Amino acid sequence: MAKSNKPIVWGLFAAGGTVTAFLTPALVLLTLLPVFGVMPELLAYDNLRAFAGHWMGKLVLFGILLLMMWHAAHRLRVTLHDFGVRADGAVAVAVYLAAAAGTLAAAYFLLRI
Amino acid sequence: MSERIVELEVLRFNPETDTEPRFQRYSVPCMNEWVVLDALNHVKESIDPTLSYRWSCHMAVCGSCGMMINGEPKLACKAFLREYEGVIRVEPLAHFPIQRDLVTVIDDFVTKLKRVKPYLIPKEDQPVEAGEFRQSPAELKRYKQYTLCINCMLCYAACPEYGLVPKFIGPAAISLAHRYNEDSRDGGREERQQEIASNEGVWECSFVGACSEVCPEHVDPAGALQQIKIKSTVDWYKEHAMPWSKK
Amino acid sequence: MSANGKPYVREVSRYGWFLGNPRYRRYMAREVTCVFIGLHALILLVALKRLSEGREAWEAFLHNLTGPAGIVLQLVILAFAIYHSTSWFNVTPKAMPVQIGEQFLPGAVIIGAHYAAWLVATVAVLYLAGAF
Repeated sequence: MAKSNKPIVWGLFAAGGTVTAFLTPALVLLTLLPVFGVMPELLAYDNLRAFAGHWMGKLVLFGILLLMMWHAAHRLRVTLHDFGVRADGAVAVAVYLAAAAGTLAAAYFLLRI
Repeated sequence: MSERIVELEVLRFNPETDTEPRFQRYSVPCMNEWVVLDALNHVKESIDPTLSYRWSCHMAVCGSCGMMINGEPKLACKAFLREYEGVIRVEPLAHFPIQRDLVTVIDDFVTKLKRVKPYLIPKEDQPVEAGEFRQSPAELKRYKQYTLCINCMLCYAACPEYGLVPKFIGPAAISLAHRYNEDSRDGGREERQQEIASNEGVWECSFVGACSEVCPEHVDPAGALQQIKIKSTVDWYKEHAMPWSKK
Repeated sequence: MSANGKPYVREVSRYGWFLGNPRYRRYMAREVTCVFIGLHALILLVALKRLSEGREAWEAFLHNLTGPAGIVLQLVILAFAIYHSTSWFNVTPKAMPVQIGEQFLPGAVIIGAHYAAWLVATVAVLYLAGAF
């Protein structure tokens, strides 16, 4: 038997799972806080523009988004299989294409800031 | 010693006469401290000698009496009647074909076990005069829990991925491969990787974790499989992204 | 079909196999978190797009996000995100056991360290973003 190439996507899935586990609740809280009258300074247009305008900010945002999307995409592939969708090849192409498109879009938007 | 009438509902199948399995009910006078295997033995001896099932040691060592008890994979010799109320439903281990009654066909597992080479493959041959392969207590501890596997196949019955994708090599065989990979005296990891790092190996595992929950010997196959995934991923990136790091 | 002397193969239910067992339902709940992690990634992607489009676009986006639909959506995402975090950290000792000398570090220590780091990371993000 040949060794599998799944480590490419699994590596992203695992790294993404770890990063999202640590950061996602905090990131959701950031945009939920204004509802309770607490406005994080970072969400002000000028501050966020400055953060995303710096190359380090861009890199952080890009890294987080990339890992989140590939994590979700890979797990979605497994989940669909568990729900009985047997067209694993087609599902794999669809979810990874979506993640790749999202990654490119993230890079594009970041470069325009 | 108190006695109690236990209602057993046992899945029966005779390949010569039945087209599909059916449940048969037995009322079994049982002692309170009996296990399900004792009840089955009583049925066989005193009620219905045609009932077929595997068992041997009656002490959770041989791994032959694995069956589904109220839907959970259990060793019948470790399933105490006092922990069950009402009718106890006994079925053959899930995910394996039924040979007869509670006896399953286990060829698939045995074949897979052979494929992963679950034995020491020394790094280099050494003449007897060179003495023993020494190992520290820490090196022993590293893999010891995996040696406790008794090949009872409860983990295969618990693993939904094995049920959905029968070609999956599965928990026990892969964690036994891990047991040798983690052994300081062994040099056979690369040979085993050909099987366990293939698409039929660890990559069919989605870390449900059920294997480790049902293991009667407290082995942690789920852990072994995740560790292999991490190592195989590091291997993959070394082999493909950093070809110069190849030995 | 008549008896043919061959072993009987029980079919595994293709769609509903996880319904009958709480262990499998918990597993599927964990897997489904990916839908909400994906949704959150999508929100962040839209956020970047709006941010790149200028002040008005960004402020309109933030306004929508803090409207009733945005709140409900984010609360659901938060719930699943927390389930993802806990289910992820709870299995770390299996994937990454730590052997010190002869003994393995107890799983609770490894899990506890992850929860502590999670708390620190959350506070740090909120603090650095100027939430308090």
